[in-house]
Amino acid sequence: MASENAQNAESQPEQPSVLTRSIEGVGQSVISMVEELGHLITLGVDVVRWGVRRPYRWVNLFFQLDFVGVGSVFIVLLTGLFTGMVFANQSARAFAMFDAQSLVGPTVALVLTRELAPVFSALMVTMRAGSAMCTELGTMRVTEQVDALETMAVNPIQYLLVPRVLAGLFMVPLLTLLFDTSGILGAYAVAVGTQGVSAGTFITRTQQWLDPIDVYEGLIKGAVFGLAVTLVCCFKGFNATGGAKGVGQATTEAMVTSALSIFILDFIVGVLLH
Amino acid sequence: MADTSSRPMIEISGLHKSFGVHKVLTGIDLTVPAGSTCVILGGSGSGKTVMMKHMIGLLKPDEGRVVIDGEDIVPMGPEALEKVRHKFGMVFQAAALFDSMDVYDNVAFPLREHRGLSEEEIRKLVRSKLDLMGLPQSAERKFPADLSGGMRKRVGLARAIVMNPKIVLYDEPTTGLDPITTDYVDEMILAAQRELGITSVVISHDIASAFNIADQIAFLNKGVILEQGPPEQLRSSQHPAVKVFLQTWFGKND
Ligand SMILES: Nc1ncnc2c1ncn2[C@@H]1O[C@H](COP(=O)(O)OP(=O)(O)OP(=O)(O)O)[C@@H](O)[C@H]1O
Ligand SMILES: [Mg+2]
Repeated sequence: MASENAQNAESQPEQPSVLTRSIEGVGQSVISMVEELGHLITLGVDVVRWGVRRPYRWVNLFFQLDFVGVGSVFIVLLTGLFTGMVFANQSARAFAMFDAQSLVGPTVALVLTRELAPVFSALMVTMRAGSAMCTELGTMRVTEQVDALETMAVNPIQYLLVPRVLAGLFMVPLLTLLFDTSGILGAYAVAVGTQGVSAGTFITRTQQWLDPIDVYEGLIKGAVFGLAVTLVCCFKGFNATGGAKGVGQATTEAMVTSALSIFILDFIVGVLLH
Repeated sequence: MADTSSRPMIEISGLHKSFGVHKVLTGIDLTVPAGSTCVILGGSGSGKTVMMKHMIGLLKPDEGRVVIDGEDIVPMGPEALEKVRHKFGMVFQAAALFDSMDVYDNVAFPLREHRGLSEEEIRKLVRSKLDLMGLPQSAERKFPADLSGGMRKRVGLARAIVMNPKIVLYDEPTTGLDPITTDYVDEMILAAQRELGITSVVISHDIASAFNIADQIAFLNKGVILEQGPPEQLRSSQHPAVKVFLQTWFGKND
């Protein structure tokens, strides 16, 4: 891009200044982002509309629940465990300065359940399942398998997208719970095992501070993120054009957009819930 | 030959379609009578596939009407189109088999979707269509990625006709098949028309088989149909583009 701009500037000195053009560029990307958001929401509405209609695609749904949920258990447990351990290690050393190590448990538990668990679980699902969804749907689109479905009077949104989006909606909250559990266990192991926090303190303090509401907040976020990332990945794949290269590009965009939307939605949902 | 005065099954009028600035179809008029076979000839990239996709509503025209069995499908939404598509089978140029399913499941797919049949009945129907296409039992559990191009094509053919549709659209059904299988597929299209009264639209590059199976040939060039009529009419066409196209084949054989 940069070299292209430079070339343009050389060959056409009459063109508007770099500043004007970069402002225009930003404006253009904002406009196309808003447009794309509109298309995404339209697709979301279609997914709901076809989702409530018969026939229900149970087989496809169970396959996706298994793929998105069961398939992500190990990686989510592992991420949770290490996140909890790292977090406990750092916070224990920080709290040691104020002689407040008893707060390690509640701190880790609160931040995990409310923020880190849904965000990281959704990120792991995006990378593992979302990328696969996007490439699979993209390949089906560019090899006309989606068209073939349509010619056989099978609605591709109902057949392909609804099960995937539902799987994201149901499974990311469950994975969030697993993340919570393994994260707190990891924190316990580090805090009690290496930082000299007593087991009793860790447990009672955590119980004292951690409210079920905090866990629910994480679950709600998980559901929102799960819905958003699967919808984005399906959207990008479903609208892929231009062969293998197009599918690759769609997947890149799907990953970036999904990750961004997790962080943006995290903020929005956080504000709305309080 | 079919009675060409019978009511039209497919009626396209004033069809225009562009992709961006690229004008692909610029005013297509084509009528395919019920129970007849129409072959579409034309150079590579002349818009044959694009035209065929309009017949089944995969593409929406910028302008024009597409009437299938008396209903204009252009303004239809997805639900209404779904009903119309029950009348169709389509063979895609690149087969478009579901690569997550094996050969058997590909062919069984439309049956499972739309007919409440037992697995036994499905088995019989699938086997009969695979037999028709000369695909042995050993091919049933293979996945599309493991098939040769010609086999893939034949599976696509079997899948398109397994529901016994009223209309079958064939996008180059015999390209990439050996001469014997090509004759065989031509025979099948003819038989389908004679015995079952199926309306067929066939895109072909094979002029010999076009003249063999067609009631009507339409010649597509630069977005319009230059000539349309029975094979004899096409053969005596005065259009330079049509003459050049046909000469490549008749020139060698006459
Ligand atoms: N989805 C699309 N987007 C943009 N252009 C397209 C699209 N589909 C087809 N075209 C263009 O339309 C023109 C006609 O394409 P089409 O596939 O109908 O050709 P064809 O007559 O079937 O050729 P062939 O015999 O090689 O299959 C081509 O120039 C192609 O680039
Ligand atoms: Mg074509």
